[in-house]
Amino acid sequence: MEHVAWMAWTWQTGVFFVVIAALLALLTTLAVNRPEIAREGVLGITTTRGDRLFITLLGSAFIHLAWLGLVGQDLQYATVLALLYAAAVFRWV
Amino acid sequence: MDKPINQGAWLLVLPVLLIVAFSAIVPLMTVVNYSVQDTFGNNQFFWNGIGWYQELLDPTTDLGGRFFDALWRNLLFSFLILAIEVPLGIAVALSMPRDGWRVAATLVVMALPLLIPWNVVGTIWQIFAREDIGLLGWVVNRLGIPYNYTADPLSAWVTIVVMDVWHWTSLVALLCYAGLRSIPDAFYQAARIDGASQWAIFRNIQLPKMHRVLLIAVLLRFMDSFMIYTEPFVVTGGGPGNSTTFVSIDLVKLALGQFDLGKAAALSIVYNLIILAVCWVFYTVMTRMDAQRN
Repeated sequence: MEHVAWMAWTWQTGVFFVVIAALLALLTTLAVNRPEIAREGVLGITTTRGDRLFITLLGSAFIHLAWLGLVGQDLQYATVLALLYAAAVFRWV
Repeated sequence: MDKPINQGAWLLVLPVLLIVAFSAIVPLMTVVNYSVQDTFGNNQFFWNGIGWYQELLDPTTDLGGRFFDALWRNLLFSFLILAIEVPLGIAVALSMPRDGWRVAATLVVMALPLLIPWNVVGTIWQIFAREDIGLLGWVVNRLGIPYNYTADPLSAWVTIVVMDVWHWTSLVALLCYAGLRSIPDAFYQAARIDGASQWAIFRNIQLPKMHRVLLIAVLLRFMDSFMIYTEPFVVTGGGPGNSTTFVSIDLVKLALGQFDLGKAAALSIVYNLIILAVCWVFYTVMTRMDAQRN
């Protein structure tokens, strides 16, 4: 751990990156085992699962920031909102 | 006969993956780690959770006030230079020669400002605009117009906007020119037979053909101007006062001047997210336009 001390890891940020890495690994596995056909959704652009994950992550970051800026505490509600947003993106985008 | 599937080629991507990991992913992870902690140096960190983000997004705090002020300045700057450079670039492209030796000569002249490093551009304009020894500053003052970019915010803004226009308009012009060159002569001949006016030719032939390159130009210029650092830093240093302090300049002040790594990291993440979102919107619009055309 001494070698990465300068990276200032905390378990919370560790979990955050492990979740993202797991999502990427899951998508890779899916791409190998169940190849998909890109589809066109409500945005009028063709998207793959990877595109939808990117849109989800970017949007979720803004949902959390907007919650922090406009509401303040209780970020868990923002997380719930982000999960609903993720479901909507994977269903309709 | 079944084709054998060989995934071995993925190994060839490994060097790139390693380079990207060390140059982008590891630093980005570190910034995320810093953004939730505070440090007084010596590799000692203290958990601060979402504290810096809360402070950053609250305009009533010192950090939030600085961030939103700088962000509005950034947006105003980007808006101003796009409003000037795009129409000007189109006008220059339309007036550029279409054949003969003058094409090469014009292209070389147009490319010159693009080849000058940012800090050199800043230094050129810092001297050029000085009221005592700079040609521009001295002439403007002699004309009776008060102009001093080190003391007057309006002068400072005019200087950095004009400097950016001087530096980057030729990029927009060259991109538009490439779009114009792709129009076959038959289009113009048909327009002439129909008796189309110059405006009709521009509106119905030239502008649609430039649409895509214009979008690329707007994207490039927006991103560049939104992340601008070197030129205003060299010319005004963010002053007078904070009047030309953009987000990138404030970020460097926070991280290197004050050594507030936690605050600076939170600011970097939000800044990065804004840029990423704008890029994505532009990309989506461009992809949609392509899809509609096809």
